[in-house]
Amino acid sequence: MEAYEPGIVFWILAAVILLSGMLVVTLRNIFHCALALILCLSAVAGLYVLLEAEFLAAAQVLIYVGAVAILIVFTVMLTTDLGSSKKFPLNQNSTVAFVVCTLLAIGVPYLINITGVWPKPKGESFPDNVGAIGKYLMTDFMLPFEVVSVVLLAALIGAIVLARKERS
Amino acid sequence: MSCTVIAFGELHGIFAWLHELPVSIGLPDSVQAVVMYAALGVTVFSVLSLFALFLVWWERKIAAHIQQRFGPMRVGWHGWYQTVMDALKLLQKEDIRIETRDKVVFFWAPVVCFVAAFLAYVVMPFGKGLIVADLNIGILYIMAVTTFTVIALLMAGWGSNNKYALLGGMRSAAQVVSYEIPMVVSLLTIIIYVGSLSMVDIVESQSGWFFNWFIFRVPFGPIAFVTYIIAAIAEANRTPFDIPEAEQELVAGYNIEYSGMKFAMFFLAEFVNMFTVSAIAATVFLGGWNGPFLPSWVWFMGKTLTVVLLLMLVRWTYPRLRVDQLMEFAWKFLVPVTFANLILAGVLKYLGYWE
Repeated sequence: MEAYEPGIVFWILAAVILLSGMLVVTLRNIFHCALALILCLSAVAGLYVLLEAEFLAAAQVLIYVGAVAILIVFTVMLTTDLGSSKKFPLNQNSTVAFVVCTLLAIGVPYLINITGVWPKPKGESFPDNVGAIGKYLMTDFMLPFEVVSVVLLAALIGAIVLARKERS
Repeated sequence: MSCTVIAFGELHGIFAWLHELPVSIGLPDSVQAVVMYAALGVTVFSVLSLFALFLVWWERKIAAHIQQRFGPMRVGWHGWYQTVMDALKLLQKEDIRIETRDKVVFFWAPVVCFVAAFLAYVVMPFGKGLIVADLNIGILYIMAVTTFTVIALLMAGWGSNNKYALLGGMRSAAQVVSYEIPMVVSLLTIIIYVGSLSMVDIVESQSGWFFNWFIFRVPFGPIAFVTYIIAAIAEANRTPFDIPEAEQELVAGYNIEYSGMKFAMFFLAEFVNMFTVSAIAATVFLGGWNGPFLPSWVWFMGKTLTVVLLLMLVRWTYPRLRVDQLMEFAWKFLVPVTFANLILAGVLKYLGYWE
């Protein structure tokens, strides 16, 4: 099997992902960590574009940046006592986090690499990957898709129940 | 390769010429795409910046006439280059940076806001052949990149280290996240009909006379259009949904600590965002560039500016909603209505209503 040769754009994106990922765990200010996470997730969306998975890239930005990251930023803002600078939530474990994440960043690719050479993409391209994903979701992967929907619905109802209890 | 002569009605000649430009000046293959997209980007950016300046002037005139005033009158005929002068003034102003700001976040917030506002125009079909790139995820791409605006507003609110700014940023995030759902679901009804996310496909499936536009053609069209416009006003943070910058409560909201060019960037981005939501409405519901006699880009601009006019009239004639009313309206009214509309669209598609 031939090894996959990535281009310059890949290396730029990979560098951004690794650096911003490191910043997420090492920065002291939690708000800055959240912003670094947004940069990291956006760069991952860039990788998806590079792999011609445009739908996945848009979904990545829409869900991770547009919903999850905003929720994290929101939580940081709500849990911060803005009146006093002493209670400001600071990242206390940056050294431990740095060591653990460095080990993971080196260890995981190493483990994957010793299992074999990465296969080159077969040259098949899906110009209409939105349609393909839609078809698979409605045929072969119908059950997982519906299970995920039920799980999300349960989480939604759970959130409403919790919010209502607090008010009374 | 000869330079294309740009005549009235052949505006796509500019885009064609820009596409050929790197080849015609004999650049190496690796640089061609970069130069072509840079040239396209600069063109779209300049045109939109000028349009944003025009919209600021237009809004001031409309507001003035609704309130029985004249508005800007002194700089040029009816003050037509007042906003150009305002922009030049803002360029020269001192950039006031408060001591307690969060330096990095404060600096990058206007940049992110400005860039995010222009990203949507990659897939905007200004006319027949007048599109930077026809992505097959078209409308989903716009929905994805507009979320960066929320991040920018939160960054501005936080970086300013000011409670009014922070409240404005948080209100804006809560509002945009809530109203994104009815907005996307209203557009989904049309996407179900067309069966494609590409902006060009959506416009081309509405070719012909005005009764082929989706607002008139399908029973769920008018409902989707109204819910989309309501959600779009909220997305653009305009009255009656302008609690993020409610002057009487928050002074100015997220941009309170910004001055000079940074303030101008927020201000222009706001007007570009308004133009974006109107352009999406024109493309998806009003037939985009389709229309008889006149060139396609004139139709697109005319329809977009009509929607902009509608948004401006709404802004200056309705009072602001309260925070709780705003959230209740989104979750208890708009979301159920848009979902019922989506089910209607799905059922009609299944029954083969339009085949």
